[in-house]
Amino acid sequence: MSTQILMPALSPTMEEGKLAKWHVKEGDAVKSGQILAEIETDKATMEFEAIDEGRIGKILVPEGAEGVKVNAPIAILLEEGETAGAAPSSNTSTNAPPTKPAEINAAMQQLRDAIGVTPEAPAPAPPPAAPKAAPAAAPAPHATTNGSGGRLFASPLAKRIAQQSGVDIANVNGSGPRGRIVKADIEAAARGGPMKAAAPAAAKSAAPAPGAQPNASGMGVTPLPDARLFYKQGEYEEVPNDSMRKAIARRLTSAKTLIPHYYLTIDCDMNALMDARAKLNARSPKGPGSYKLSVNDFLLKAAGMALVRNPDVNASWTETAILRHAHADIGVAVAIEGGLITPIVFRAEEKGLIEISNEVRSLAERAKTKKLKPQEYEGGSLSISNLGMFGIKNFTAVINPPQSAIMAVGVGEDRAVVRDGKIVVANVMTVTLSCDHRVIDGATGARFLQTFKDFVEEPASMLL
Amino acid sequence: MAESFDVIVIGGGPGGYVCAIRCAQLGMKTAVVERENLGGICLNWGCIPTKALLRSSEIWHLMHRLEEFGMSAKDLSFDIAKIVERSRKVAGQLSSGVKGLMKKHKITVIDGEAKLSGKGTISVAKNGATIEYAGKNIVLATGARARTFPNLQPDGNLVWTYRDAMVPKEFPKSLLVIGSGAIGIEFASFYRTLGSDVTVVEVLDRVLPVEDEEISAFAAKQFTKQGMKLRIGTNVEKLEKGANSVTATLKTKDGKTEQLTVDRVIIAVGIVGNVENLGLEAAGIKIDRSHVVVNQWCETGVAGVYAIGDLVGAPWLAHKAMHEGVIVAERIAGVKGVHPLDTSKVPGCTYCWPQVASVGMTEAKAKETGRKIKVGKFPFIGNGKAIALGEVDGFVKTVFDAETGELLGAHMIGAEVTELIQGYTIGRTLEATEAEFAATIFPHPTLSEMMHEAVLAADGKVLHI
Repeated sequence: MSTQILMPALSPTMEEGKLAKWHVKEGDAVKSGQILAEIETDKATMEFEAIDEGRIGKILVPEGAEGVKVNAPIAILLEEGETAGAAPSSNTSTNAPPTKPAEINAAMQQLRDAIGVTPEAPAPAPPPAAPKAAPAAAPAPHATTNGSGGRLFASPLAKRIAQQSGVDIANVNGSGPRGRIVKADIEAAARGGPMKAAAPAAAKSAAPAPGAQPNASGMGVTPLPDARLFYKQGEYEEVPNDSMRKAIARRLTSAKTLIPHYYLTIDCDMNALMDARAKLNARSPKGPGSYKLSVNDFLLKAAGMALVRNPDVNASWTETAILRHAHADIGVAVAIEGGLITPIVFRAEEKGLIEISNEVRSLAERAKTKKLKPQEYEGGSLSISNLGMFGIKNFTAVINPPQSAIMAVGVGEDRAVVRDGKIVVANVMTVTLSCDHRVIDGATGARFLQTFKDFVEEPASMLL
Repeated sequence: MAESFDVIVIGGGPGGYVCAIRCAQLGMKTAVVERENLGGICLNWGCIPTKALLRSSEIWHLMHRLEEFGMSAKDLSFDIAKIVERSRKVAGQLSSGVKGLMKKHKITVIDGEAKLSGKGTISVAKNGATIEYAGKNIVLATGARARTFPNLQPDGNLVWTYRDAMVPKEFPKSLLVIGSGAIGIEFASFYRTLGSDVTVVEVLDRVLPVEDEEISAFAAKQFTKQGMKLRIGTNVEKLEKGANSVTATLKTKDGKTEQLTVDRVIIAVGIVGNVENLGLEAAGIKIDRSHVVVNQWCETGVAGVYAIGDLVGAPWLAHKAMHEGVIVAERIAGVKGVHPLDTSKVPGCTYCWPQVASVGMTEAKAKETGRKIKVGKFPFIGNGKAIALGEVDGFVKTVFDAETGELLGAHMIGAEVTELIQGYTIGRTLEATEAEFAATIFPHPTLSEMMHEAVLAADGKVLHI
């Protein structure tokens, strides 16, 4: 059956645009991915692709038309063998069946609503039946638009608290004058209150009612009931969640839910690295300029070198493109009072071990006193989390978006290994890499980890 | 059959008459029952006539500073009877203004004393006759009156309440004011400025005890400089009346007693709600310590009966009552987006000299909440307009949440601060953070620049000190 092609929202703030040029004419057959038209907004001109195959039945908006509202029908797409007469008139647009991407988006929205998490960089949910809408090149750090592209009104205080508590303001219902979002709305959302629902069913499932029904989309995500229901009052102490705890909860729930993680584990022989470390540390001058290199400093350097050798891994996901980073910016997970933070050693591949070591120490100190600037912990492509000092042998970590991998480092310990058919003692460290499969495929991740292992097992090769 | 209304408001004070106007605007047939004067205490015996009195004392004060401004005058004098007469004229003008407003909005004004007489009915007594009226909704707005104690009984002659203090027949040479809240301090200021020997007794450990501690301390210093005597942490044990004087026995916290003989005494130790003879008990409306118990929507729990203003409790301020009146009217009419009153957004003003104004939390309260705060201060002496006016005593203080930038509280003391506080109140209502205040352009030269500076000071960015 025929479908309407709607004016796409090419950025979160776009309300209308100019249909600059049609690349197809009535009667043309189009393939998925084919460029249909050029749309001009106040910011840019963008190409607009077809998602479905078919034939252009009718062009509703002529070339050069300005002020075309987002979601207005601009053309009618016919299936093979259909005639233009079968096309629905434009006033039935709201009844047009949703195409697949829209369904997926609506389902994702319901999922987010149901579990009360939000994606880190919210892409605007395309309206039903709208062809794939490209999000703006750089989404604003705090959303100022709602899903349909209209301006969203929120008080300055609400915006700031939303940012601090990790609440996506675009999903919050405003209770102020004319629906303005105010502080109380953000606080309610942060407590897991009702969020704006993509579909009526999502609102139902967002309420933590016992026996909540799976929503209409069939995703079947039931929110977890409040833990207080299972314990006697007085048998526990309530420690209110501070803004860091809330941010950790939301970010990691988002990351673990929305990023397809997979894991690769490898053992590294540490004997050469430990020797090198001992030799280098022995050369440290006394007093000013003294240094003490840690194993982690070597791992950072090795990971940085390995990232540069494997640019596919040194990357971040967006809906329209994979961002390949020019430098290896590596996060170091630092446990601080009440949570953790991951400051970043930028351009780790270019830095010497002493520089890395001093930088990590300074970052960790400032992290503990909460003196880090946002630009010191935002970005990066990979993080290293090391729990070896606790004797942990092996673990898996949750990716810290917008990064696409995290390396979980266990303890370096003497283990019995088989070498040349003989059991020998070797200092071995196990590393597990969590990868975002959207960015890093299995073989790509494995190659990176192999490069990393080579650098660790033969530190001198980092000089090559 | 009894005449029937959509809304009957009992009490024509600022809460009641504003509620009635809003009801009428929303298309409801509305009546107001008033037993005395439209405008209530505020217009007739409170806010407005005291401002008229204080204006006179302010002019008197300036007349004594004429040389400072390059002028001179001889034989300065005042006539208390004429000062009072002006104050009464101002009150009368406003009360008749309210009458006009009622007429304009076609609100029926019922003269008499009302009482709930059954479900959705009231009876109004006037000169022995009783008339029944039916109201789908009834709003209780009967206000409050001065609180008294067995040992502190006003007599209208030697021992006054605010009401007597507003219409003195003769000017007292010496005066004891019991209570240093807004009412007590305003009268103390008025009489002291006109030359009376004023002593203020406060049972708590500071004057203006609801204000920020620094404001109280600064005020106390100024009052003392003006020659006011402050007895802090002190109780009045008893009052013994003479022929034309009263001897008070004061007792400090640590048991020291002091005898003080004054011409007149003003009792300003708080207020009690006018809950009597309203038929509240029979209607099943709960009363707690002289105030009607209501929820956040001013609902009494009895369907169709609301209560607002001083009758339901602190803060006892006309603008709070007015706001509640609007909330109730809009709730009854089913207006969407009505919000309950947030007392942290109710500003408070005291028109003593120097004036005091505040909104939100004091620094101590903000600290108690456990959050990280930042405080900014700016003195009048650093402001060009203040110096030009010759008003250099005072300061502005802001308290921000260090994390979110929310303006938790603002506290001001000095000339005209009661006219300034609205700026911070708007900011709080709009949920501005320190960034928006800092980005706002304040006109130069004005006293309001101090509000800007006090915000900048909280971030160490103050420009003029």
